[in-house]
Amino acid sequence: MHTPLHILLSAITALLTTAGAAQTPAKANEASRLDSVQHLREVTVYGVRPYEEVIPAQTLKGAQLESLNSHSVADAIRYFSGVQIKDYGGVGGIKTVDIRSMGTNHMGVFYDGIQLGNAQNGQIDLGKFSLDNIEEISLYNGQKSEIFQPARDFGSAGSIYLRTRRPAFTAGRRTNLNVTFRTGSFGLANPSVRWEQKLSRRVSMALNAEYTYATGRYRFRYRKRFSDGTLAWDTTATRHNGDIQSWRVEGGLFGTLDEGRWNAKFYYYDSEKGIPGAIVNNVWKTAQRQWDRNFFAQGAFQKKMGERYELLASAKYARDYMRYLNPDTTLMYINNRFWQDEIYASVAQKLTLARDWDVDLSTDYQWNYLNSTLVNFDYPTRHTALTALATAYTWHRLKAQASLLHTFVRDLYTVRSGDGVVASHNRHSTSRLTPAVFISWQPMARYDFNVRAFYKRIFRMPTFNDLYYTDIGNANLRPEYATQYNVGIQYQRYREEGLVSGIKLTADAYYNYVTDKIIAVPKGTGQYRWMMMNIGKVKIRGIDLTARCGLRLPQHVNLDLNLNYTYQRAQDYSNPADGGDGGTYKGQIAYIPWHSGSAVVHGQWLNLEANYSFIYVGERYHTSANITANHEQPWYTHDVSASYRFALGKTWLKLTLEVNNLFNQYYDVILNYPMPGRNYKVILKFDI
Amino acid sequence: MKQSIIHNRRLARWAVAVAAALLATLTACRDDDVVFIPETVPVSQPEYTSVSGFYLLNEGNMGSNKSTLDYYDYATGRYTRNIYANANPTVPKEMGDVGNDAGIYGSRLYCVINCSNKVEVMDRDNCRRIGQINIPNCRFIKFYGGYAYVTSYAGPVVIDPNYKQRGYVAKVDTATLEVVDTCVVGFQPDQLDIAGGKIYVANSGGYMVPNYENTLSVIDLATFKEEARIPIAINLLGVVADRRGVLWVTSRGDYYSNPSDIYAYDTRKGRIVKRMDCRASSCWMDGDSLYVDSSDWSYVTGGNAKPRYQIINTLTMQVVDTCFIKDGTDGKIEKPYGVAVNPITKDIMVTDAKDYVSPGRLYCFGPDGQMKWNVRTGDIPAHFVFLGRNENEH
Repeated sequence: MHTPLHILLSAITALLTTAGAAQTPAKANEASRLDSVQHLREVTVYGVRPYEEVIPAQTLKGAQLESLNSHSVADAIRYFSGVQIKDYGGVGGIKTVDIRSMGTNHMGVFYDGIQLGNAQNGQIDLGKFSLDNIEEISLYNGQKSEIFQPARDFGSAGSIYLRTRRPAFTAGRRTNLNVTFRTGSFGLANPSVRWEQKLSRRVSMALNAEYTYATGRYRFRYRKRFSDGTLAWDTTATRHNGDIQSWRVEGGLFGTLDEGRWNAKFYYYDSEKGIPGAIVNNVWKTAQRQWDRNFFAQGAFQKKMGERYELLASAKYARDYMRYLNPDTTLMYINNRFWQDEIYASVAQKLTLARDWDVDLSTDYQWNYLNSTLVNFDYPTRHTALTALATAYTWHRLKAQASLLHTFVRDLYTVRSGDGVVASHNRHSTSRLTPAVFISWQPMARYDFNVRAFYKRIFRMPTFNDLYYTDIGNANLRPEYATQYNVGIQYQRYREEGLVSGIKLTADAYYNYVTDKIIAVPKGTGQYRWMMMNIGKVKIRGIDLTARCGLRLPQHVNLDLNLNYTYQRAQDYSNPADGGDGGTYKGQIAYIPWHSGSAVVHGQWLNLEANYSFIYVGERYHTSANITANHEQPWYTHDVSASYRFALGKTWLKLTLEVNNLFNQYYDVILNYPMPGRNYKVILKFDI
Repeated sequence: MKQSIIHNRRLARWAVAVAAALLATLTACRDDDVVFIPETVPVSQPEYTSVSGFYLLNEGNMGSNKSTLDYYDYATGRYTRNIYANANPTVPKEMGDVGNDAGIYGSRLYCVINCSNKVEVMDRDNCRRIGQINIPNCRFIKFYGGYAYVTSYAGPVVIDPNYKQRGYVAKVDTATLEVVDTCVVGFQPDQLDIAGGKIYVANSGGYMVPNYENTLSVIDLATFKEEARIPIAINLLGVVADRRGVLWVTSRGDYYSNPSDIYAYDTRKGRIVKRMDCRASSCWMDGDSLYVDSSDWSYVTGGNAKPRYQIINTLTMQVVDTCFIKDGTDGKIEKPYGVAVNPITKDIMVTDAKDYVSPGRLYCFGPDGQMKWNVRTGDIPAHFVFLGRNENEH
């Protein structure tokens, strides 16, 4: 058994499980059985569910998700391949996701099955979503390749599904209570409480509340050297105005039926935060503030009726409030308020025509309204009707699925003349049909090896800001299209015994073409004035690789290795006239690295867990003009954490220590928005 | 069983090897940022006149901290980009955010860095930093009698009932680089000029949409008090005096039914003597010629108007040339931004700011309107100042 490899692995394990751990292996208790291996088994077992997605998602869940050093959903998503995060730094800083370089607005984010909307700017700030109540995050390229879903699920170029924790009770229990407290760098105080109650055999309830306070202060450092290596300047300062105070309360009822289930939930988030701006010469502090209040209530009902028919009905109401204040007297005073309302209803129906052939018809209706205190505002209302017709067919080891989505959008808005008088009430309609095809084939029955491919053409509607924002909006915008082609392979294997408990490898190559991309272009001269126009064109060629491996080492040590790598060439084809010397034509688009990747090692030994994660983002440019002056250095962070779980009487306590950015690298994700150096977190979690 | 273990070991070995290789390659590629090394490109033949060169101040998009200074040397025909960082390698975060105006007075070069809330003062010959004058939201600069006059948006705040903030003109002693006095003017004052013992300030009211300002403020140089307001047109941007005391004032218009325009205000007659009815963005006065480029935006048409390049004779008050670019190069210029004229050779410089976020371009035309050369600049190339026979001094 003592091969060099074995020794190496044992060494790694010893390192990960830290020196102070007890040498005598205690008896493994039941709770620690929820380990990564079991998790891996979940992904690998084939054909347990009656129908699987044609192309499975990248997923983080359970223990693996919990052990990642992440505060928000955005932090966790960094570990998926093909994804870039725009991170403005700090606890309250905005974090948005860009999948395969198509732009944030092409990303759909779904919270317990229903899309989170933001008709105003189309961007979901994933920094706002705490991981406290999230059980699973899945990322799908194209769409979730499962036909039985609302029409809106067919409507994005990529989707992230966030699933909150569902109440689960061990035998004999009716109540679960858990209390968590997190603290550490940035003046963080972050208590949360979760209460699950079994109300009857079929109905249970969950209530979760979280409070976050952080001063958001951290040190950052900028420096430059001469080309001979001597220091030119080196400055360290404290990031200010990154404070946040927020409340989140959410709860729901979860029920099961004969061949069905239902849920109803609400969500409320209230925050006030500073907006730490760009650090520029002579300006090291900003004063902008933002207030957010987001509320939604949603429900879903799913039931199989008879042998061949299944129904999924869902509905949602959402109201969002946002206030932006610039009190800085050296800049233009701004105090704007925005209110958004959304009503959404969906019915999806699945009919099984033959044993291997399903058809789905989904119809959604959505209403959005935006109100604002802006001068010369257009007060837009949007009606959206979505109809999706989809079919899935399985023939031996071939799975195929095709869908067609019809989108009808009608906007109503007012137009004002220069002095603010209503000139007319306008309406604008858009009607589009977009297809998607997904195929997966397992050539050999013996091996869980699949070849897969998909094609999807989809668009994103111009947002209310793109269309109607006073001074910037352009009501003549057309939808922005993204066309995707993807081919890939997947291999996985799970073993009950042996050193390798499971392995999963995927490789995908893709080509995306974004046309009519909505970008801000300058207008006129004088003060900064911008206008949204449909002039962008981007071609993206990329490769995503993922590898996952579960190792079962002696002494009850389990290791889970996870590697992701992405190569992307995302070229700006917008302006052929701007080629050559410092031009933008065919340049790599802003902030997209050619190479990026992550590595995660998660180890567990009895009640002790350790995690190491590494994220790498290669060199980039901050505009499509790929010249030295626009170059951004690569950045990479090493995060480690360890946790220990033990019983205090009837209560289980889990103590976690995190060190993030272990080697204290100072870096910017976005130009002039410095990120924190080494920082710490302590988490105490009680299961009562 | 034996075989599968071997198989597993191979897999594991492979996985570890890949992981190790990946980590090794990935952790070794970050360098320290290096001070920008100026890039020099030969663009033209040497020329020997009393104008030895010019500085071009690139604004850089807001928040990018990419305001840079370029220099063209007539004696060598070489254009050098980004000279500030190299001349002042120890200044953290280089020159700053949004360079809005530049001028030479005496032996010093002054750059007004709008969003860095300062005027950067440098040696005019080598751009070495001498000091800075802190003026929040500073906009434009002019000099007279040992003082620099700088407009700023950031005057006193009034709530009546809405938030209002008037601008001011700061009087700076160029010997001490101290602000010695301030004079409150209208809302959001932009350019200024000095003629006949008075400072004329173009008030824009750009933050007050749709309630733009429409006046010039008149400040007496001796008392440094605002003594009058002269209504001209809404949303003023520029004011430049000709040698007969006529102010050429540009209005940005309101981007709706009122387009941009140029007005001639005769300070001796005390009235507007001519409305040019021509679009205007940037102007440069050279002798009796006012060079004007324009690229008007309009909500009515929903687009940018075709850029124009005009010359106005300030004596006859007529447009004497409707397009000073004669060789069709104007078709290549996306977003005309700055304009300047060499006082000796009468060569015309026009900058193209393109999309504001990528490098711009500088075009040099002979007086005959034929392009002589062009070169890449920094982001949003905008403000010129000639070195040599000093046109900026009064």
